[in-house]
Amino acid sequence: MLRATLKSLLARKLRLILSGLAVLLGVMFVSGSFVLTDSLGRSFDNMFANSLSGTDVIVTADPAINVSEMEGEPVPGMLTSADLAAVRETTGVAQAIGDVQADGARVIGANGKVVATFGPPRFGGNWTGEVGGRELREGVAPSAANEIVVNAALAKKAGIKVGDQVGVLTTQPKQTFKLVGIFGYEGRLDSRGPVTEVLFTEPVAQKLMLGKEGKFTSISVTTAGGSDPVAVRDALKTKLGKGYVVQTGSEAAAAIASGFKEALDVFNKILLGFAGVALFVGIFLILNTFSIIVAQRTKELALSRALGASRGQMIGSVLVEAVVIGLIASVLGLAAGYGVGALLSQLFASFSEVQLAGVGLPLAAVISAFAVGLIVTIIAAIMPAIRASRVPPVAALQEVATPDRPLTKLTVSGAIITAIGSGLIAFGIAENVWLMFAGVLTAFIGVALLSAFLARPAVSVLGRVFSWSVPGKLGRLNSGRNPRRTAITAAALMVGIALVTGVNTIVTSAEKSLRGSVAEEFHAELIVSGQGSPGLQPTFDGTLLPRMKQVPGVTAVSAEYGDQAMIDGKPGWVSVNTDFPAAVKMFSLSPVAGSLAQPGPDEVIVDDDSGHHLSDVISVQHANGLQKTYTVTGVYKQGEIYGGMVFGSGAIEGMRQQLPSMAFVDLSDNANEAAARKSLEALLVDSPEMLVQNADEYLDAQSAETAQFLLMIQVLLGLAILIAVLGVVNTLALSVLERTRELGLLRAIGLGRMATMRMITVEAMVITVFGAALGLAVGVGLGTAVVRGLADEGLKEVVLPWEQMGIYLVLGAVVGVIAAILPAIRAARTNVLAAISYE
Amino acid sequence: MTIAAPARQITAAAARADGVWKVYGTGEAQVVALREVSVELQRGRFTAIMGPSGSGKSTLMHCLAGLDSVTRGQVYVGDTQLTGLNDAGLTKLRREKVGFIFQQFNLLPTLTAEENILLPLAIAGRKPDRAWFQTVIDTVGLGDRLSHRPSQLSGGQQQRVACARALVSRPEVIFADEPTGNLDSRSGGEVLNFLRQSVIDHGQTIVMVTHDATAASFADRVIFLADGSVVDSLDDPTAERVLDTIKRIGADH
Ligand SMILES: Nc1ncnc2c1ncn2[C@@H]1O[C@H](COP(=O)(O)OP(=O)(O)OP(=O)(O)O)[C@@H](O)[C@H]1O
Ligand SMILES: [Mg+2]
Repeated sequence: MLRATLKSLLARKLRLILSGLAVLLGVMFVSGSFVLTDSLGRSFDNMFANSLSGTDVIVTADPAINVSEMEGEPVPGMLTSADLAAVRETTGVAQAIGDVQADGARVIGANGKVVATFGPPRFGGNWTGEVGGRELREGVAPSAANEIVVNAALAKKAGIKVGDQVGVLTTQPKQTFKLVGIFGYEGRLDSRGPVTEVLFTEPVAQKLMLGKEGKFTSISVTTAGGSDPVAVRDALKTKLGKGYVVQTGSEAAAAIASGFKEALDVFNKILLGFAGVALFVGIFLILNTFSIIVAQRTKELALSRALGASRGQMIGSVLVEAVVIGLIASVLGLAAGYGVGALLSQLFASFSEVQLAGVGLPLAAVISAFAVGLIVTIIAAIMPAIRASRVPPVAALQEVATPDRPLTKLTVSGAIITAIGSGLIAFGIAENVWLMFAGVLTAFIGVALLSAFLARPAVSVLGRVFSWSVPGKLGRLNSGRNPRRTAITAAALMVGIALVTGVNTIVTSAEKSLRGSVAEEFHAELIVSGQGSPGLQPTFDGTLLPRMKQVPGVTAVSAEYGDQAMIDGKPGWVSVNTDFPAAVKMFSLSPVAGSLAQPGPDEVIVDDDSGHHLSDVISVQHANGLQKTYTVTGVYKQGEIYGGMVFGSGAIEGMRQQLPSMAFVDLSDNANEAAARKSLEALLVDSPEMLVQNADEYLDAQSAETAQFLLMIQVLLGLAILIAVLGVVNTLALSVLERTRELGLLRAIGLGRMATMRMITVEAMVITVFGAALGLAVGVGLGTAVVRGLADEGLKEVVLPWEQMGIYLVLGAVVGVIAAILPAIRAARTNVLAAISYE
Repeated sequence: MTIAAPARQITAAAARADGVWKVYGTGEAQVVALREVSVELQRGRFTAIMGPSGSGKSTLMHCLAGLDSVTRGQVYVGDTQLTGLNDAGLTKLRREKVGFIFQQFNLLPTLTAEENILLPLAIAGRKPDRAWFQTVIDTVGLGDRLSHRPSQLSGGQQQRVACARALVSRPEVIFADEPTGNLDSRSGGEVLNFLRQSVIDHGQTIVMVTHDATAASFADRVIFLADGSVVDSLDDPTAERVLDTIKRIGADH
């Protein structure tokens, strides 16, 4: 039995390749992402292993604001000179250095632009000597208040050299320093990954980065000869008490590296997510392949049954075939995954200036490759295997074409599963993202089952388009022939297209709603803002505000300061508006209670959604550690675009960056917008990150970002679409084989080669356009559900991305033409004689 | 007259094989399916080809119909020489000059009987001649079954649809390879009668391969093959004479 199975498998190499390819691609993604995370993870370990060399114990404060990744960036706590003194007094401590290191030191390069990273911190700190792996490469250490040193990679990126005057933006507006030295890191590194470093003298670093002299972010301890770091660590813990984190150097290095790995983990999850989509689509493909194989081999299977094979053996023979395909695909997928992982690591490394620690093959990649490859193929083959076992022995004696089994059962179960999926989605939107994902997958399966029922009418409608020619008509009839097969093939394509359509619908609706709200509620002319990292917004000099207001034509300037904080013990956002009454006008806000006049330093105005009431006292722990309370003096009705707590000016001193990050500028009716903008830009010359835009430009800039995100999703989901195309090729190739006699007959009665190819192409296009249309429908459904679910978040209306949808539909047709190429050539080559004498 | 005779003969032949050899394989595995076969199928006549299994009947028919290439010799359909035609030429030939009836699997399962009958015309982009179509339908006796699909028709009905399809485009020659091989004697008789009728009424040329002496007796002429060569022929055959000839050939070979 086993030998018979393997032989028949070998005889069908093409099919083996096509169905294996889907698994291979999925496995490739899974193992590739493991290889990538492994090699980058080890690279990070290497990179930070020496960042604390010479440091035996390190002391930091508990974070001021401890939030999870979903809620924002945690804000580190600060140490004082007194802490440093206390550490120095502890027994076993030979030397203790106070370090300053905080994100937000932005160097203005030789081209006048701020040197950007794609998210990693731009540290500013104090030069503490050649410790922690730093090595001065050129020049001298900073010794005066106006002197800095930077790491070599940053100097190169900024195009600056020793002796240059360099502008640096910190928590203070731009200041100019003299670059006196350039440093690198142990191991001849120019940078530690993408992180940049600007180092000042200690007091300057404290003032610019931490807002106050006498503060540190950590204390590095060298133990006295012979003292055990662990013992010293414990001694320090006892001495300092609560509110401090004391770690040995190696513990701290591991913690830093793991912080970076966490970021990598998100990346890994995204890759695995797409691998999941690819495999999900792959299941459809394999399922379909095996179904066709079983249908084609009905006679063969029946003969085995007649010769005494048991049902178990029948199931076994199909499963063995699946296992062989799964194994081969896993091995090849693993190899391809290693290649992709290595390639991506190289790319990532060169992109982010990480020194690659060599690409390895982690055990996780191997295990997941085989687990995924085998499990997916076996799952996909089980149904057809069971069907194979049900073939009655008499089928060997009968002329059985694949019998047209009724679709009722399939349709009913499809409807039920779709309903369950929709329910999960509806429930999940409000409650739990994972539940929603589960709902989406369930809905996909449900729709895939339903699509068999839809295939007939859909195909006949779609086919009308092609029916003007005889080959077109024949192609349409062929695709309507086996609704299950057409449906599953189309459903594979549906998944990818539904996902991109769904995401597109959400993004388009959100954008449209935002634009609508802005048009309706925003009555100022210009917005001053900058694109920043999630942790720190770019800022500008607050002392410019009065001068901005004096610009001819400007009637009001409403600037916003903001930072994270713990509000009544929960992570939140504190913002201060310099002219709230102006903002009230600009954003058409209306009062609910109290007054909307400018809040006093210790007052706060809240929106009606905040849960706070007039005269409530709100306690805030600010990001720099400051604790304060504020009294609610007004409540306003939350607008679509403006909301949140607006604190009095007293909150500014609790912020890490005590500078405005945004300003709304109102112009008089007859003002010259272009002139006003020019003047504002001239005022902001020392803040190269800030842009002066009108509302449309501001929104365009925002949508450009989402457009990039959309593009990325489309590219990654392109893989799912690619697999679906393989499915179409597979189905067509098998159909062509199955219909050899028919093709021979058609050729015998005068169908030309081109016409034969046209017939197959139409068949393919009907399938793929059906799949695309199904995908559009499901995608719109998903998108609508999410938009409706997010109605509270300001998504007012569902806006369909017609243009994209049109593109996807055309894409569906194009994909059909591409998928048809090989099967069509094969069909056109049908040897008439061989076909008609073929038994 | 002696000069004109061969000329008339060329135009009178609907299809013709001239010293045709067909050899399959090479060396040890070589099979000579046809050796030096020359036959002429006269226009407006019903020719049957008979012979033992493996004698080369199907091969000869395939070569005559342009479905297979010959190893040596010439084949003509009407005045078209088939040897050397490319695929486009052969496709054109099949559209315009040749009709086929196979032993089984003649019809596309997705099309109705009527659509199947009109398929060759549709493929060729020709308009059916309604009156002729009606005549064909009437002769085949399928009037009430036209909208049925092949799976809803009996084997005999399916073969009659196939006959109608071959006839409707009025080809130069219709080739039929054991068209009644799968039918019982009554349905077979119906189909044969119908073929015979179309020869008498409409002057259709038909070539039919058969094993059945009774079927052969419907033809105007029977050609006997043995071991790839024409060994005998009979004009206006009856079933007994056919059987006698077969016996004699069997004894000779
Ligand atoms: N493709 C092929 N390759 C090799 N030999 C072939 C091929 N087709 C036919 N033959 C051989 O050519 C000879 C004639 O075959 P053909 O099919 O013409 O016989 P036939 O008279 O139609 O027989 P039957 O009555 O069984 O249909 C046989 O010996 C056969 O084995
Ligand atoms: Mg034969």
